[in-house]
Amino acid sequence: MKDIVAAPIFALLISILAYEIGIFINKKTKIAFFNPLMIAIALVIGVLLLLDIPLEDYKSGGDFISLFLTPATVILAVPLYRNINSLKKDYIAILGGVAAGCVTAVFSIWGLAKVFGLPKDLLASLIPKSITTPLGIELSNQIGGIPSVTVAAIIITGIVGAVFAQWILRVCGITDKTAKGIAIGTSAHALGTTKAVELGETEGAMSGLAIGLAGLVTVIAATILSGIGMF
Amino acid sequence: MKLLRQFLIVLIICFLGEVLNKVVHIPLPGSIIGMLLLFVCLLLGIIKLEMIEEISRFLLDHLAFFFIPAGVGLIAYAGILKRNLIPILVICFATTFLVMIVTGWTVQIIKRRLKRR
Repeated sequence: MKDIVAAPIFALLISILAYEIGIFINKKTKIAFFNPLMIAIALVIGVLLLLDIPLEDYKSGGDFISLFLTPATVILAVPLYRNINSLKKDYIAILGGVAAGCVTAVFSIWGLAKVFGLPKDLLASLIPKSITTPLGIELSNQIGGIPSVTVAAIIITGIVGAVFAQWILRVCGITDKTAKGIAIGTSAHALGTTKAVELGETEGAMSGLAIGLAGLVTVIAATILSGIGMF
Repeated sequence: MKLLRQFLIVLIICFLGEVLNKVVHIPLPGSIIGMLLLFVCLLLGIIKLEMIEEISRFLLDHLAFFFIPAGVGLIAYAGILKRNLIPILVICFATTFLVMIVTGWTVQIIKRRLKRR
């Protein structure tokens, strides 16, 4: 029995199964909080703990899945390319907003982490929390973070963004469709974008564009700041 | 064969990204250099969207799935997470709101200023 659950096939099997269950729950309830990835991760962790399977055994198959992360990051150029036309009209406002948002993200996370006295590796893990997961994992690795913690922070951020976006934007008087989309995509990546798509076509396209732009700006900015010893 | 051939194009770009990172020492992660390479190739028409259409759909449709192992890796960090749970949650909530507001306001203000001129 032990050999069977340690085989890569088992890890692959429970991962796909958990993901299917996550998607099913998300589609049935239509509640942003029930994020498929979060449900899948929780289910797999649950199975490993329940059957007393060591993480190393799961990793034998898990590494096979993680292998796809690099191609999946590279392919993000495709949606960015598809959305490039929507950038042309308001490019100064869009690039200005994304840049302001990314700088705010890095410095506010850095500042709060200092206030709480978080250890350095946790701070580095939280820096990429607003950007899309593939870029976030790479950035976390690059600046000395813990990629697993980064994934968790990215999911929490996305859920928070998706759940509260409509309310925050209304309270703060952000009514322009482009501004709404860019704000959601920059702060809450692809998960927030699912909400932006619900708000409207312009909001959705703009949010999709912001995922790629904010990811790139944050990676470049954080790499430079890390290089000069900020974290 | 189509999917494999398209995957080959993506893998070549991944590999070039790694080479530029490791050999030429560009300080960005290899996959992000690869993303920029593919973006430029698409803009210049060196790679047409049709040449990678199926593989990009496969990867993008299942994007979240590929992160499950990374997320499951959290088990190893349960202790450090538990000790810092409140700060992490506060940071996740507060900075997400802040970034959303700053970004939205900036776009809206710049757009209105440019229109007035």
